[in-house]
Amino acid sequence: MIEGAAWRRWVFFYIPLTLFVFVLLFPFYWMLITTFRPDGELYQPWNSPRYQPFWTSNPTLDHIKYLFAETLFSAWLWNTMFIATISTAISLFCGVLAGYALSRLNFPFAGSLGTGIFVTYLVPQTLLFIPLADIIRNFKLGDTPWSLVLTYPTFLIPFCTWLMMGYFKSVPKELEECARIDGASRLQAMLYIIIPVAVPGILSAGIFAFTLSWNEFIYALVFLSSPEQKTVPVGVTSELIRGDVFFWGPLMAAALLGSIPVAMVYSFFVEHYVAGLTGSVKG
Amino acid sequence: MAQVVIRNLNKKFDEVHAVKDVNLQINDKEFMVFVGPSGCGKTTTLRMVAGLESITSGEVLINDTVVNELPPMDRDIAMVFQNYALYPHMSVYDNMAFGLKMRKFDKAEIAQRVQEAADILDIGPLLKRKPRQLSGGQRQRVALGRAIVRHPQVFLFDEPLSNLDAKLRVQMRVELKKLHNRLGTTAIYVTHDQVEAMTLGDRVVVMKDGLVQQVGAPLELYNRPANRFVAGFIGSPAMNFLPVTLADTDGSLWAVGPEFRVKPPAAMAGRLRGHTGKAVLLGIRPEDLRVTNGADPADHTFEATVEVTEQLGSEILLDLTAGPAPMVASVEPTVTAKVGDRLRLAFNPDRLHVFDSQTEASI
Repeated sequence: MIEGAAWRRWVFFYIPLTLFVFVLLFPFYWMLITTFRPDGELYQPWNSPRYQPFWTSNPTLDHIKYLFAETLFSAWLWNTMFIATISTAISLFCGVLAGYALSRLNFPFAGSLGTGIFVTYLVPQTLLFIPLADIIRNFKLGDTPWSLVLTYPTFLIPFCTWLMMGYFKSVPKELEECARIDGASRLQAMLYIIIPVAVPGILSAGIFAFTLSWNEFIYALVFLSSPEQKTVPVGVTSELIRGDVFFWGPLMAAALLGSIPVAMVYSFFVEHYVAGLTGSVKG
Repeated sequence: MAQVVIRNLNKKFDEVHAVKDVNLQINDKEFMVFVGPSGCGKTTTLRMVAGLESITSGEVLINDTVVNELPPMDRDIAMVFQNYALYPHMSVYDNMAFGLKMRKFDKAEIAQRVQEAADILDIGPLLKRKPRQLSGGQRQRVALGRAIVRHPQVFLFDEPLSNLDAKLRVQMRVELKKLHNRLGTTAIYVTHDQVEAMTLGDRVVVMKDGLVQQVGAPLELYNRPANRFVAGFIGSPAMNFLPVTLADTDGSLWAVGPEFRVKPPAAMAGRLRGHTGKAVLLGIRPEDLRVTNGADPADHTFEATVEVTEQLGSEILLDLTAGPAPMVASVEPTVTAKVGDRLRLAFNPDRLHVFDSQTEASI
């Protein structure tokens, strides 16, 4: 806390904090309010006497109804969920094993291998999608969810591996040594002791991976073409912006509904997740 | 029945030669303590016995079987770690039962053994708690409990009391001793605290720079240290070392310092003859020094100046200088000495130690 006179607390703490919170939350508020405003209010010119951008007097569910009735939004939601879940599961599985190996097993070149994996994460997706598109075409996976399920791990695995490496390093080595003296093999020690202890780390890696694949745009844009195969971010931008016409109501409704699953995942695991990020394990 | 034999054990970490040619025999039911400053190789040696560290060369035998290549789980040992290493996600009961579950004991047997250990250690009411809900001393007990439920051949302790506060450490030390008396399991205990080593060990191994300096019963190390390092390491406050020259005057041998000379007892003179004319180190323990009462022969006294006095209640520690040499004397609490006083000190001639100043070995 800030010490001293009350004005200091206001100037250095409350006012900056309020500004910060306002700046962070305003886009979400805008999204929310636009979702429920009728078109008649949305398209008022700014100098009209009835112009009131920050509030609505006639809330409506029209945009949401439109989204589900007139577009493939529910299919996009399902696609996104399916792709994000499976690619997260694959990446977590590989990331946990690789992170454990790189942080615990003393094999030659473990250090440089770890760095190598990190470097692959640094290759921008905007470059990587070109060779990947070729591979996807060769395997005839274009326009199927598998094109994304298999390509998302290319950036999710390095990410999970690094996060888990860091987390495993914070787990005291003695826990595992003790388990091995207690009669567990290396694999049993990992399954019964290390992984349960690393749950907060695994959860935060999972949440990050899920969010990254939920929001992923460029691969989804390139590898999927038919409207019914699209994910939420691509579907929304390609089907709700027609030419230069922005369907603001449905756009914002889709953005709102699209962020709810992620928000739910976050809030569900928030305690573990914070422990995973800040997290050391105490024996 | 378990004896541990260590033969020509070596450990190299890249450049560092951490353990050099260690040879030891730890007998059945013996409580062996490894003591030494940090980095002396004591923990590495213990970890090689446990199987947590690979052996560069040499052999470790448990009950006449070479265990070099055996994984830790097959060595039938139990280890207590400095940071306890309790499994944080398991209850106290599960922590203690883990080793038995891994070895496929049946449920009733596990429950009975855990209860038995909990009774011995007085942690019965804690069985349902998680480690984070326990105090340091309780965690230590659980860690001990986890070791004893298995009824292993050998207990290994890696500085188990270092994380406890001073008072609890003394208390747990006594309990460890009791526990060992009761169970009689062979134990190897690593510590950097010479008091723990002296009080717990049936025998003590003093190590430095990867080399064994001396192995012996605690009093043997105290009374007959093999070299200057052991002499200085065992005993608190540490032994005083005075650089002197051995000189033959009028047919008898004298140890001559810069501003004093004393006469080693006749029993020692024979051994010291060979070093006549050479520089040696005179070792006198603080508790073997006292303020002279006038009756002491002049040969065994010298003058010193008081620099600091430390009142401990049961005794007074005097920091003195005799010529350029600093020393500590532990004297009766009745002595009234002030800073700057010149005192005449007498030493116990039977408890004088002499070390070669080159090799530092005891003469």
